[in-house]
Amino acid sequence: MNTTIDETENPFFSNNKKGSEIKGKFIIGITQLAVLTIITVLFIILGIIIYEGREKFSWEFISSFPTNGMTEGGIFPALIGTFILVIVMSIAAVPFGTITAIYLTEYAKENSKFAAAVRFSVRTLAVVPSIIFGLFGLGFFIQFVGGGIDKAFSGGELHWGQPNILWASLTMALLTLPVIIVSVEEALKTIPRELREASLALGATKWQTIKNIVLPGSISGIMTGTILAVSRGAGEVAPILFTGAAYYLATLPGSLSDQFMNLGYHIYIMATQSSDVEKTMPIQFATTLVLLILTLSLNLVAVIIRSRIRRRVK
Amino acid sequence: MKDLKKDIKIEVNDLSLYYGEKKALNEISMVIPKNKVTALIGPSGCGKSTFLRCINRMNDLIPDVKITGSMLVEGVDIYDKNVDVVNIRKKIGMVFQKSNPFPKSIYENVAYGPKINGIKIKTELDEIVETSLRQAAIWDEVKDRLGDSAMGLSGGQQQRLCIARTLAVSPDIILMDEPASALDPISTSKIEELVHELKEQYTIIIVTHNMQQAARTSDYTAFFYLGQLIEIGKTNTIFTKPEQKQTEDYITGRFG
Repeated sequence: MNTTIDETENPFFSNNKKGSEIKGKFIIGITQLAVLTIITVLFIILGIIIYEGREKFSWEFISSFPTNGMTEGGIFPALIGTFILVIVMSIAAVPFGTITAIYLTEYAKENSKFAAAVRFSVRTLAVVPSIIFGLFGLGFFIQFVGGGIDKAFSGGELHWGQPNILWASLTMALLTLPVIIVSVEEALKTIPRELREASLALGATKWQTIKNIVLPGSISGIMTGTILAVSRGAGEVAPILFTGAAYYLATLPGSLSDQFMNLGYHIYIMATQSSDVEKTMPIQFATTLVLLILTLSLNLVAVIIRSRIRRRVK
Repeated sequence: MKDLKKDIKIEVNDLSLYYGEKKALNEISMVIPKNKVTALIGPSGCGKSTFLRCINRMNDLIPDVKITGSMLVEGVDIYDKNVDVVNIRKKIGMVFQKSNPFPKSIYENVAYGPKINGIKIKTELDEIVETSLRQAAIWDEVKDRLGDSAMGLSGGQQQRLCIARTLAVSPDIILMDEPASALDPISTSKIEELVHELKEQYTIIIVTHNMQQAARTSDYTAFFYLGQLIEIGKTNTIFTKPEQKQTEDYITGRFG
């Protein structure tokens, strides 16, 4: 009796087995190649920056002021300026963005025209070029609001009606608002309806449900959004070009009405307007390195916070 | 059903529910007796879960829903304009088909309701948590790990935790929407036993698509079909000598 399986008749057997295997391997290969390319490019970029900036990069560099017409010295004021900018920007954008996201996700009715308008504005704001925010900051915050304050309180004497760290931060806050709103919205949406229902079925109000169940559950998403926004804020230059960033300041900003120096802006100045571009090359690279380390460590902190929260919840 | 007025917990009068234009519940009228288990049975889509959710006004959460008629709980129409829906839900608790514990500790899950109601003193909360977990027949299994996450419990344990959570706010009525349908037979029988014990103190309404479960656990049974209440009566009667032919057809499995 013939006990071998007839390959041409059994439906589980394929006569193209070799072909589909090769195709599969090919796709895997292409994917691996793509990942390899990305990693290589990343390492090349990092490599160049680290190599070119290594001689200037030191503790002294980070902690001292620029000297000699900005061709020597450090970037301390730019670092501090960036920090302050990012902090004020976050204070302005994160609570406001979170509340907006809560409104859109939890309170807005299905067919609410107001909610639709808000959503449309957020999406549109997200694609506006950065320089437009800068122009808006100049026209609205500096000239209109700042100028208005000056007219009302100091009889026209110029105080708030000029570029400073407050207006620059608020401009940046507008820029990063869509990022925060969308991240928080996404985070809120991950809380399943069943949990909300369970809370309401126990006699909790909507706000109690949001406060005790939805928000705590979306903290990691909110943090991610904030970190993303902060990363952007640390690096964007266009919006602060005419709203507060300064070429050189001898002192650190002492109040919100002072101007400030900024890492990203500093790189731009070094590369285009310094008295000796060749000589300042190492400074440019070292500043870039500092900015990169700043952004990367911010992201690292976010990852750590998120995994800690996840572990607690589990 | 000729029950004395004081034995009636809920009185439903011509309750209809519309999803937009579509009428999902058709003038339901019935009474639910106090301290008994009433089962709602019927094929999928017959409206039994929708009706259950009307009792604690969970359908309010769905946009485009309109409800007409009245539902009197101990004489008060819960759909009256002046009624605070939050208070209703404290008196009428619900256990859902798929257990939905909060991603918090076992203790925090049970203490959630009381805390929402303003109870802050730890000893009070501890007592409520223990009582509720005991009533839900799960205290012995979790008493040494109240701080552990509720997500680490098995399906059956999670469901009993949800029951404890509901009991912690001291409701009068407990609604159960197919509470054991996602559970294995052993957990299911534990839940059924629990239902039997709880009815001494609470009025229980349970939706089930499992007829044997309805026959085992309930005192009264209501048969729904296509959004209408076809028949309601003592469980024994419904399952042995139903009055309506549709009821009989369903009971005997002619359609499902």
